Amino acid sequence: MYRPRLIPCLLIQGGDLVKTIGFSSPKYIGDPLHAVHLFNEFNADELILLDIKASKENRCISIDFVRNVGEEANMPFSVGGGIKSLEEIRQLLEAGAERVVLGTVAAETPSFVREASERFGKSTIAVCIDIKYSFWGKLQVVARNGQKVISADVIGFAKEMERMGAGELLIQSVNKDGTYQGLEATVLQEISQSVGIPVVGLGGLASLEEIRTIHPRTNLNGYAAGSLFIYQGKHRGVLVNYPSADEVKKLFN
Amino acid sequence: MVVIVDYGMGNIHSLSRIFTSLKLPVVVSNKVKEIEEASHIILPGVGHFGRAMDELKQRGLIDALNQAAMGDKKPILGICLGMQLMTASSEEGNSEGLGWFSCKTTKIVVEDPIQFKVPHLGWNTLHTTKAHPILHGVPSQSEMYFVHAYAVDKADEEQVLCTTTYEKQFVSGLISENILGVQFHPEKSHAIGQRILANFTKSCIVQD
Repeated sequence: MYRPRLIPCLLIQGGDLVKTIGFSSPKYIGDPLHAVHLFNEFNADELILLDIKASKENRCISIDFVRNVGEEANMPFSVGGGIKSLEEIRQLLEAGAERVVLGTVAAETPSFVREASERFGKSTIAVCIDIKYSFWGKLQVVARNGQKVISADVIGFAKEMERMGAGELLIQSVNKDGTYQGLEATVLQEISQSVGIPVVGLGGLASLEEIRTIHPRTNLNGYAAGSLFIYQGKHRGVLVNYPSADEVKKLFN
Repeated sequence: MVVIVDYGMGNIHSLSRIFTSLKLPVVVSNKVKEIEEASHIILPGVGHFGRAMDELKQRGLIDALNQAAMGDKKPILGICLGMQLMTASSEEGNSEGLGWFSCKTTKIVVEDPIQFKVPHLGWNTLHTTKAHPILHGVPSQSEMYFVHAYAVDKADEEQVLCTTTYEKQFVSGLISENILGVQFHPEKSHAIGQRILANFTKSCIVQD
């Protein structure tokens, strides 16, 4: 039986594993390769690794770092952060990444998604859409660390990314990031019903129980989380964790 | 020597690493000579079918692959697009394949696009239809990692190794003597996937 994936999302800054709250105040967690090793041991479904400073510093996530992850990981993983050329994508895929995640470049130059998809195949190109509430309480598509408004029409933008050839959409809530307040379930459901490609939700996941509760209506292809898989308890003690295969299966039965 | 055919399509790094960890000599190559000398051949691949066939042609590899698979009967494993290339044709690029299996590769068409997204991406189970050494230690209902928008929807019953259901049933593994194709990615499917790769190198008779 097909089942959705549970995907730890690891944020990288200066070679360290960090965790943010609302895209701010990154807290040092540890060595990302050590975390990859632990998720290997847990037989995690997949990993996402995002370099959160790459776009701002006008560079791509380190190819050497991705190669090191590739040496370690026995599961598929996606990488993102500052990617803006076909050559960078070629090198990242060659370094072992299953997919690349296009964020800023997709928001600012949507036609690049088409170029990348035609060159490397749809299934290797994921687009990350950051969503954030405006002052008036309306969800918008943002980029550049949540600072730049790209579109007031989240659904329309998601459909545009599908048209451009994205193979998967990663929908990330800036407001919910690191808060455990729950995924942005309503808009995730709406996006999932509007596109024919897989959709993964990220930002705010509170518990595995939440997935069991919302999945019948959101019907996402993946549930991604940072805090849930690297912290334990309300004081956010670092403890890399992941449910067993049986626990995962039970979530979707 | 295991030869992973490099024709510029997809991620072969993780595959070669697994053979290295199984302590098997492995080489990633696009040279006819190395394919001729191989004991086992892996045909990987991610991307566009028509383009993949063009890449194989441009590198002059088609004859060597046909000879290895059909003439010398070397164990050869196609993964994902590599399995599809072994079929007669694909709707992707309306291109002819290597034709080692008479079945065809078709686009995944779903009736319920809200429930079933394309590509079929993620973990799904195998229903094994025959006992075969390649599946030794791989129970039916084992989960494997899939990423594909095209599939083999039907094939000769005796060539079907396993099936998988994504709204409808499709063929997730094909076998005919020395030729094996799998739609999933054993190299991305944890220890159970590696088991299939290990079985492939062990169960098939090595003729050096």
